[in-house]
Amino acid sequence: MLQRNGRLTLVGALLFSSALQAQGVAADGRQVVMQGDGSGAPCMACHGMDGAGNNAASFPRLAGLDADYIAKQMRDYNAGTRISAIMQPNVDNLSEQQILDVAAYYAEQAVPAAQAATGNEELLALGEKLANRGDWDQYIPACESCHGPDNQGVGSTFPGIAGQHGNYIRQQLHAWRSGARHNDPNQLMTGVAERLTEQQIEAVAAYLGSRQAVAAEGEQ
Amino acid sequence: MKHNFMLLTVVSAVMSTQVVASDAKVPVNLPESKPGQYVHQAPTIDDLMADESVHPELRKVILKGYDLFMNTQQLRGEYVFNDMSCKTCHMGEGRMNWSGPVWPAATTLPDYRGKNKHVNSLEERIAGCFAYSMNGQPPAYGSDDMLALTAYHQWLAKSAPVYEKNISGRGFSHLGKQIPDDISYAKGEAVYAANCAICHGNDGAGQKKDGKVVFPPLWGDGAYNWGAGLTRVFTAASFIKNNMPLSKPGSLSDNDAWQVAWYINSQERPQDPRYTGDARATREQFIDFHKHTRYGTDVNGKVLGQHDNTGEKPFLKPSNLKPRTFE
Ligand code: HEC
Ligand code: HEC
Repeated sequence: MLQRNGRLTLVGALLFSSALQAQGVAADGRQVVMQGDGSGAPCMACHGMDGAGNNAASFPRLAGLDADYIAKQMRDYNAGTRISAIMQPNVDNLSEQQILDVAAYYAEQAVPAAQAATGNEELLALGEKLANRGDWDQYIPACESCHGPDNQGVGSTFPGIAGQHGNYIRQQLHAWRSGARHNDPNQLMTGVAERLTEQQIEAVAAYLGSRQAVAAEGEQ
Repeated sequence: MKHNFMLLTVVSAVMSTQVVASDAKVPVNLPESKPGQYVHQAPTIDDLMADESVHPELRKVILKGYDLFMNTQQLRGEYVFNDMSCKTCHMGEGRMNWSGPVWPAATTLPDYRGKNKHVNSLEERIAGCFAYSMNGQPPAYGSDDMLALTAYHQWLAKSAPVYEKNISGRGFSHLGKQIPDDISYAKGEAVYAANCAICHGNDGAGQKKDGKVVFPPLWGDGAYNWGAGLTRVFTAASFIKNNMPLSKPGSLSDNDAWQVAWYINSQERPQDPRYTGDARATREQFIDFHKHTRYGTDVNGKVLGQHDNTGEKPFLKPSNLKPRTFE
């Protein structure tokens, strides 16, 4: 095993995954985050060294997300199941090992403090309702029913969305509706996204964006 | 009213606007209600909060019932011994047609029930789901918890006609009771792996996060027991067809729904509280029910249900499931 990172070993990555499975090395990922894949911009240019992202520019927070989830997204950009003119050229030269390394690096970063809520109380209340109760008359289950308690994520398939940037959440819901993003397993997000009204999208994005994220922790 | 059949979805007359367009990538495909059926639109908690005619004390009790219904795990170890909440099966807060809406029990009971061969009250019907689906022990009849739950059921029934039994979207049976001839464990297993395992897990044990159930188990100790309605293959098939995968009702073919219902009900789960010590004999004694299950039959070289495992529950039969006679 190439595994050299003490912190990763501590959280038990070696214990819980098959010994043959490739592991990301956060220290190597740090290099890639600073230097990029050779042809594009370095990750840090948009996501920051700390993985905090940027709400105004709709750059997602990566800090504390599940490593396997982050890695899958990079592979999906390269496979064309998730289309982004910004991301694709920046990750297309990464090797599989580098993808794992970058994912391990960002997964390890501490989650930033919650951002001040945008939007009025009524909008936030509507967002909270969607996140925790859904809108069953339109067959929209609560976000929580897949993204887990307080929407902090479940495993590597259902990412934490609490404390993700609101602008990014809105943009992604639109991407599912348009088909620009279709890498959701079993089309689980597509149906939900297309049933939401514009107002509901605004509301749920504002609400989730105002929540404090909790790191996925050692789930890789 | 529109008569565009491409605009499938739900009985649009009672649905609020915004019907999913026919070009939806993931359409909501639910059965049409039959002519002459009563179609109910159950009120929501928001309606309850806005209804000034409801006494504040009653509102409190209904809200308590709603809370127990949505998070029945708060009764874990007392009345509930598996990973279920009422809303786990009665999805969408127990309100939704085709998702086992619970309010019809409030308008059609007391009535005779074949399962226990006597006239049941609403409390007894709820007790049934505690004993089997929740692998538990019903709260005492007349207790605060029972009152709260029945109040929530009755609130959901608001303005439905009493003893009207021709109800659209009630129960889980619209695929009929006849298991298709080409039923097979292997086919069910394949449907499961492709559509269900991502949430419910390869081992059917579901997934928890921070000790809270996110995806409920489908078999094993945390699941409904061998006396639960969902062990009937036809009940599970209809449930799955109209409710699973989550957020994609009607997306599986009828046949796939049957295959996967057969597969999950070919797995072990906690004992039927009516167990006599022998699964084959118990099956025969309750054959009206078990003719629809695989309990007490040979499956992959083993008799299903031939064991003393009651899951987390430290007893077999709840003390308050009693026969009743007026002779
Ligand atoms: C494992 C799934 C499951 C769980 C959990 C569950 N139920 Fe049920 N419930 C069923 C099934 C199946 C039926 C029968 C549907 C049919 O008749 O086709 C049913 C029927 C009912 C009915 C009768 C509805 C009618 O149409 O008359 C009521 C009331 C009810 N359940 C209440 C509850 C309550 C309250 C809880 C929680 C304490 C609960 N159920 C938990 C599966 C479940
Ligand atoms: C996206 C995740 C997801 C997928 C995929 C999914 N389910 Fe579920 N399933 C759930 C959730 C969540 C519930 C509980 C519903 C609730 O609490 O609102 C549930 C409930 C159930 C139940 C009733 C409760 C129980 O545990 O017995 C059954 C049966 C079931 N699912 C079967 C299936 C089958 C069969 C498939 C595949 C065809 C499937 N599910 C696919 C998330 C999922």
